[in-house]
Amino acid sequence: MAPNHPLIESRQQEVIEDFSVFDDWMDKYEHLIDLGKDVPTIDGARKTEEHLIKGCQSRVWLAADVADDGAVVFTADSDAIITKGLVGLMVRVLSNAPAQAIAEANLHFLDAIGLHQHLSPTRSNGLASMVQQMRLYAAALAAQQS
Amino acid sequence: MANTSLPERIRRDFPVLQRKVHGKPLVYLDNAASAQKPLAVIEGQREYLSNYHANIHRGAHHLAQLATEAYEGARNSLAAHIGAAHSEEVIFTSGSTDAINLVAQSWGRSNLSKGDVVLVTRMEHHANIVPWQMICEATGARVEPINVLEDGSLDLEDFHSALQQHKPKLVAMVHASNTLGTINPVSELCQAAAAAGALTLIDGSQALPHMAIDVQAIGCDFYVATAHKAYGPTGIGFLWGKKDRLNAMPPWRGGGEMIQRVSFEGTTYNTLPHKFEAGTPHISGGIAFGIALDWMNGIGMEQIAAHEADLVAHAHSAVGTLEGVRIIGTAPQKVGVVSLIADGIHPYDMGTLLDGQGIAVRTGHHCTEPLMDHFGLESGTLRMSFAAYTTTREIDVAVAGLARALAMLR
Repeated sequence: MAPNHPLIESRQQEVIEDFSVFDDWMDKYEHLIDLGKDVPTIDGARKTEEHLIKGCQSRVWLAADVADDGAVVFTADSDAIITKGLVGLMVRVLSNAPAQAIAEANLHFLDAIGLHQHLSPTRSNGLASMVQQMRLYAAALAAQQS
Repeated sequence: MANTSLPERIRRDFPVLQRKVHGKPLVYLDNAASAQKPLAVIEGQREYLSNYHANIHRGAHHLAQLATEAYEGARNSLAAHIGAAHSEEVIFTSGSTDAINLVAQSWGRSNLSKGDVVLVTRMEHHANIVPWQMICEATGARVEPINVLEDGSLDLEDFHSALQQHKPKLVAMVHASNTLGTINPVSELCQAAAAAGALTLIDGSQALPHMAIDVQAIGCDFYVATAHKAYGPTGIGFLWGKKDRLNAMPPWRGGGEMIQRVSFEGTTYNTLPHKFEAGTPHISGGIAFGIALDWMNGIGMEQIAAHEADLVAHAHSAVGTLEGVRIIGTAPQKVGVVSLIADGIHPYDMGTLLDGQGIAVRTGHHCTEPLMDHFGLESGTLRMSFAAYTTTREIDVAVAGLARALAMLR
């Protein structure tokens, strides 16, 4: 895999550093829940079927916009707070970045903070589908921009 | 209490119960999804694969004979276990889903036509809804649901009026609900359905592990269940039907085993049970299913049922101490299933935080979306489900874990 865009790489390092203070599993989740409570939620008017990514269990909404400079801006939400925390981390890493960088991002931070299992399709929380959706959107936009 | 020693006696039969998950002793409360396997089942499967594996029924050699005897022996055990009049009334399938699809495609295709009704309940698993929807779509028949009351009991008034109103060809219903735990009064329901001229199919997936079953006493026309929820392997289950009824049904799947003679001029079919068992079956699974039944009978179904009733009572009162938590499904007669919701908390969050404490539960709609819609539970429930080896202590650990999770989430 090609090296990450510096922006995406540095954001992942920040998240890894944030989580490095927790060695207990429950503390880590406590932090994730706090993040979930703080995530700026998606505009209520946009929490529609169109923006819904159906996980088997928790539901995730994702909206994408293009900023004036061509960067992709994601907003997202979930009805489950842990998923919302994870969604928030994903937005923090990928939003406000060039489309090409998002499409090609190597997302290693969940592995590094020991939460990679949430990205597994078997967790059916909608997160894996959301990331796929983010990449597809970015890839399509990148193709359009080039 | 006489039953408190049951888990103590049998837990050592289950190697997996000794393991840790996330550094904590495993508390396995997802038995309604699948039960763990006792050593007898694990060893029985190994023994077959190591010592006498061969294809069954046709081989002229010693191993084929041993394998056939063991596989057919399991069929005999199963027939005896459920009170079937004849062994050949027991058809091995890949599970309950497969068995229901068999009836839908064989009996349904030749007996349903435009305007006919298949009655189901709102508490059915998708496996007892979708096969009927599919065959109804093909034949012009339709599926009608029977209501469920607030406590999770079947609405008997609605049941009787639906029989009169729709004059259904078939009533397909669950013996015990996988989401609510409710045990339906199947014998009474089958009698009423028969009086109204309907056949009955009972989905016993959640009943087989928890109680003694007598298909003739129930008085149904078809009974299905799966092995893996009853301490047996995955990939094997059964359909029971009365001999005359099964004889009158056309085969569904074609292939080896199910034929008597094949020629391009015309093929004749084998007799029961082979007529419905096309292809090489899950031989090791069938054999191990028989061993699982022997294992349960070694304990005694009455003792298992009594132990699980104690567990449900214990869980109901322990969950009752949690603030803002409500049990979904409080019917008087229940198998070891306790579904719950907490105000303002997503079940997935609770399940994730329990997993972190080594406690395995199921969250979501449990493949009963119409039931979740009925109760207005968009995100489903958290379900704890018990087995013969479950202890009251494990339930206490789970409830304490839940209290901790709720404190973090609120």
